[in-house]
Amino acid sequence: MSALVYLSAAIAVIATVLVVTRANAVHALLYLIVSLLAVAVVFYALGAPFAAALEVIIYAGAIMVLFVFVVMMLNLGAEAAVQERRWLNPGIWIGPALLSAVLVGELLYMLVSGGFAAVPAVAGAIVGTGGTATGLAPIEPRQVGIVLFGPYLLAVELGSMLLLAGLVGAYHLGREQPPEQR
Amino acid sequence: MHAVALQDAWILAIILFGLGLIGVLARRNLVFMLMSVEIMLNAAGLAFIAAGARWGQADGQIMFILILALAAAEVSVGLALILQLFYRSASVDADAASALKD
Repeated sequence: MSALVYLSAAIAVIATVLVVTRANAVHALLYLIVSLLAVAVVFYALGAPFAAALEVIIYAGAIMVLFVFVVMMLNLGAEAAVQERRWLNPGIWIGPALLSAVLVGELLYMLVSGGFAAVPAVAGAIVGTGGTATGLAPIEPRQVGIVLFGPYLLAVELGSMLLLAGLVGAYHLGREQPPEQR
Repeated sequence: MHAVALQDAWILAIILFGLGLIGVLARRNLVFMLMSVEIMLNAAGLAFIAAGARWGQADGQIMFILILALAAAEVSVGLALILQLFYRSASVDADAASALKD
């Protein structure tokens, strides 16, 4: 289990290095998605299953789809078809596919070997010296929800205001024509 | 069952943050700079979750959720700004935005 976590961390670092060094935005996005998935595995091993699920659903799902849409919009033009044909050759997607195949292998190994049951033990081992008994179990979504809507309720409200501001700002800025030409 | 030390999680967070910082400083394409900012935010969330796991508190995950909300708002506005810059100057180069001062 521990080796799997370090393998995921290595995948995250490799994928992130490739994100920073790619020339093509779509290739970088593929590696960024792999990196986020690998970090989600690390979250799970750290005893934060809710955060791991959010990482996959919101980060690797929603935010990356936003990036993909914008990259698509920036690529309009005659060279788009040529580029499309270039994307179909295997040299492009073989790297992200290999890295995510390793992640899938980890998942299958954990499913087969019952490694999921061992996650609390790993989370407990993180505590190390001087840890208390509260650190011995993963932090469940239930616990997170109770604290989130208890002491942190004001932060949730502020977060909703921030998201509303982001929505209005993106709507205003995302229109096609510059405002003075309308 | 062996340990995933807190230090190791923080070292991973530091490496990812450093890579994101290098990306912001080295790249000139605004899409790549925004991606690097995402990497840095993600590394900060990883540090929060590692600390939350160390002390067995839910606060780390709550900070991660708030970082997630921040990242979503930031990406939507940032991408809209990039699109607007592309419509105006047909380029997503960060140096093209220096014309804003004229």
